[in-house]
Amino acid sequence: MILRVREICDLFNLDVVSGKSNLDREVTGGYCGDLLSDVIANSSAGNVWLTIQGHQNIVAVAALKQISAIIIVNGRSADAETVAKAEEEGISILLSSKSAFEMTCLLGQAGLGK
Amino acid sequence: MKKEYEIKARDFVRAGKAAIGVQNILKSIGFEQDIIRRVSICAYESEMNVVMHGADGSLLLGVENKEIVLEVRDSGEGIEDIELALKEGYSTASEEHRDMGFGAGMGLPNMKKHSNVFEISSQKGNGTYLRMVFWVNGNRE
Repeated sequence: MILRVREICDLFNLDVVSGKSNLDREVTGGYCGDLLSDVIANSSAGNVWLTIQGHQNIVAVAALKQISAIIIVNGRSADAETVAKAEEEGISILLSSKSAFEMTCLLGQAGLGK
Repeated sequence: MKKEYEIKARDFVRAGKAAIGVQNILKSIGFEQDIIRRVSICAYESEMNVVMHGADGSLLLGVENKEIVLEVRDSGEGIEDIELALKEGYSTASEEHRDMGFGAGMGLPNMKKHSNVFEISSQKGNGTYLRMVFWVNGNRE
């Protein structure tokens, strides 16, 4: 099932801190990871990326991999530089208080990846 | 065609710009998705290595009919034991870099895995030179 970023935000009440004009992007699956080399090698275009990393280096990774949106989990936030860079690259960053595991389960229940 | 990108050591604000630039050029030329993906991974990993470990350096993209070439140089600290550096999981990243999600020891192995030809030369104290070739049609003809 394909969801749009906007539907994910609405379903789980996520805060959108950047890329508000790109919420119509389709999400075809997801990837969890906090090691950037792992994410750059193994995530796929159209994934939503769940991570605890909030620093600016996540933006280039998301841009290069055509990630549909980043969800920063565990109640963490995005650095100001991250938000500015994400706006520049058109990357949507969403915030969740849930853990990567909880968020992944919820996305699965919503039908993502099925 | 050739395009050179300057890479500044420790400049995390611009880090990734060279790789994104490379990807945009390859997309505009119309290469297939898989080769763009592989070159992008290698461009990003090599750029970040210069940002983290190098002094300043450069990334040169070369596009020819049958191959795409990335050449990355820096004048940084160099690599003492290349064989060890190529082992998955081995890393010399600092605590600060690890906190940012680097230092998985996957950088050089990722580059080797995703390029068709991978050459590295380095000497402790004398910088590092990397050359990666990507065959456009999957095999060399």
